[in-house]
Amino acid sequence: MAHPRQHLLGIESLARQEIESILDSATSMKEVLRRDIKKVPALRGKTVINCFFESSTRTRSSFEIAAKILSADAVNWSSSGSSTSKGETLIDTAKNLEAMRPDIIVIRHGASGAPNLVASRVGCAVVNAGDGAHEHPSQALLDAFTLRERWGSLEGRTVAIVGDIRHSRVARSNVYCLQRLGAKVRLCGPPTMLPLGVEALGCEVTSDLRTAVGGADAVMMLRIQTERISESLFPTGREYSRYYGLSRAKLDWLKEDALVLHPGPINRGVELEPEVADGDRSVILDQVENGVAVRMAILLRAAGAGPEATSA
Amino acid sequence: MRPEMIVLQNGRVLDPATGVDGARTVRIENGRIAAIDDPGARQPAGAQVLDCAGRWIVPGLVDLHVHLREPGEEYKETILSGLRSAVAGGFTAVVSMPNTKPVIDNAHLVRFVLDKAKEAGLAKVYPSGATTKGQKGEALAEYGDMKSAGAVMMTDDGHPVMNPGIMRRALEYAKAFDLPIMVHEEDLNLAAGGCMHEGTVSMRLGLKGFPAAAEDVMVLRDIELASLTGGRLHIGHLSTAGAVRAVREAKRRGLRVTAEATPHHFTLTDEAVATYDTNAKMCPPLRSQEHVDAVLEGLADGTIDAIATDHAPHSSVEKDVEFERASNGIVGLETAVPLTLALVRRGVIGEKRAIELLSTGPCRAFGLPGGTLAVGAAADVTVIDPAAEWTVEPASFESKGRNSPFGGWKVQGRAVLVMVDGRIVHGGEQRSR
Repeated sequence: MAHPRQHLLGIESLARQEIESILDSATSMKEVLRRDIKKVPALRGKTVINCFFESSTRTRSSFEIAAKILSADAVNWSSSGSSTSKGETLIDTAKNLEAMRPDIIVIRHGASGAPNLVASRVGCAVVNAGDGAHEHPSQALLDAFTLRERWGSLEGRTVAIVGDIRHSRVARSNVYCLQRLGAKVRLCGPPTMLPLGVEALGCEVTSDLRTAVGGADAVMMLRIQTERISESLFPTGREYSRYYGLSRAKLDWLKEDALVLHPGPINRGVELEPEVADGDRSVILDQVENGVAVRMAILLRAAGAGPEATSA
Repeated sequence: MRPEMIVLQNGRVLDPATGVDGARTVRIENGRIAAIDDPGARQPAGAQVLDCAGRWIVPGLVDLHVHLREPGEEYKETILSGLRSAVAGGFTAVVSMPNTKPVIDNAHLVRFVLDKAKEAGLAKVYPSGATTKGQKGEALAEYGDMKSAGAVMMTDDGHPVMNPGIMRRALEYAKAFDLPIMVHEEDLNLAAGGCMHEGTVSMRLGLKGFPAAAEDVMVLRDIELASLTGGRLHIGHLSTAGAVRAVREAKRRGLRVTAEATPHHFTLTDEAVATYDTNAKMCPPLRSQEHVDAVLEGLADGTIDAIATDHAPHSSVEKDVEFERASNGIVGLETAVPLTLALVRRGVIGEKRAIELLSTGPCRAFGLPGGTLAVGAAADVTVIDPAAEWTVEPASFESKGRNSPFGGWKVQGRAVLVMVDGRIVHGGEQRSR
């Protein structure tokens, strides 16, 4: 069955059924990913441009591997040393890339809404790989996939998201995604990292870590994005770690089988003590593997192909 | 065309300054209001008679806050195109802002603006000069010299005067020339690079917001400085509930404080940003409903003296970019009348108050001539068709700017005839007989 070509600009506009459809598709993709010969012809003849205006290793590699497993031709474009650094506007860059007839543009950009702007000006599908402090939909989908893989369903579960909620695109996308799949979300961080108006997200909000993680089924620790924080939001990394980092001692606050997630890269010793990051509750490396499977599903959807395309 | 005598017949004269509201005939002779007669009064032979049935004849509209962009950014607007935009919107006079390139902080540039305006021969221009040299907020500009050249007000608009010591001296020094100081109220430390109102919408969009308090604290500071100095303070484009409260209280205290609000701030909320539409990006930013409601209250109860457009044309170079990078501002002159009349239809303000806010009030705030149809006054007259329905099409603006969040809006009310010193500068062709 052919699917219409679709952008993925964020989770906020997705219905539960659409999210579940992507996660279901990712289940098949993970099976492909684990084969000895990781290659299916689903996107043969299609071109994917990974257009990264912000540095990224994990997300870009993940999209690139996903595209290649699906037999798409993946091209990596980065803004450093490009026409952008010569002053070209985002719209001109996007239109020039579009003129090369790609089927999908995967875009990461430091400005919130940049993928929306590109999507409004190009004819191909646009996938948001993280825009400013807005959304990071593929991250939220891979997080949900990881949790669903462990639990079967997110219905009735409680997930605590801890850290810089204000600047986190991961937090926003996860709130929408987890809530839509039936989970309760708690947000926790120092008040300087909780944005004004956060209550509109419909989450429990607290600045007390113990309250946030107590009884939660999973704890998602956010990375302190020192490169994005220009203001003084906390006095020192030492104090942040003491009140908002997850140490081995604090694991006692969690439910016995609670999972620990982190979108990476980890600031070891700040958000997570190494023993926690590498401990048996951590599913951080599962997240990375599942990221490829989920991004395969996202690319299939964007190209207008269903998961059945991989069975050929 | 400038006949000796023009008669505006069959219209409703609405003049808040003289209190006239009813069917009258307006006779204009030699560029001045010669008579406001009863409808049936016989008019001298040889007059050009214009039929204004169903229309309002009001004192020419005056906009206290307009960016004409010349000198320096003529690709966005020129004094000529800006004044074409002004008369198309019903304005017979505008106060021009000094944040041009170079900044208008000396008498020569004030004269340049006046010369260009005279060449254009459309709406009148009252130039403003910068509060501080180069609008850098460091040293006072030459107020006396600029006033002698024709400046009516001093402002660093576009920039707040962050140093309270400089602001105090500005208010003090301007007293010698009885000049108001207009302020752009934004504490830059609180704004911290934010690009929209801080609240639920900015949180959802992941855009850096800045709080209403960034405006409030500066308004409160400057009101206290006005109290200290006895200077004339005018709050430009006021947008928050806190600012409205502060101005109301300042007036109650008898301070020389006036304020203006823009049509976009009383018409739109920050929800207009929800699609990252850069046409909705402005400074101060569009606020949440509670602030809009407070501004409406201020317009109704007399706290706010004037509706000003903050007409800020930009080109696609500044607007067709990522939201965070886009310039602030919208084309304001050509949509002010219908947006103000929408408040009348909603029952927020009455018809007379609407005209007061667009004409009499602005003139009073800065002590400008105009704002009345009194016999003997210059014949700056705007004829409004309050029932005219039309669709806002930015591509058809007289302004060079196309940046409007109101594109595609179906609106009601339009200036159909504009006269400056008795000379028709816009419309009027169809109804002449």
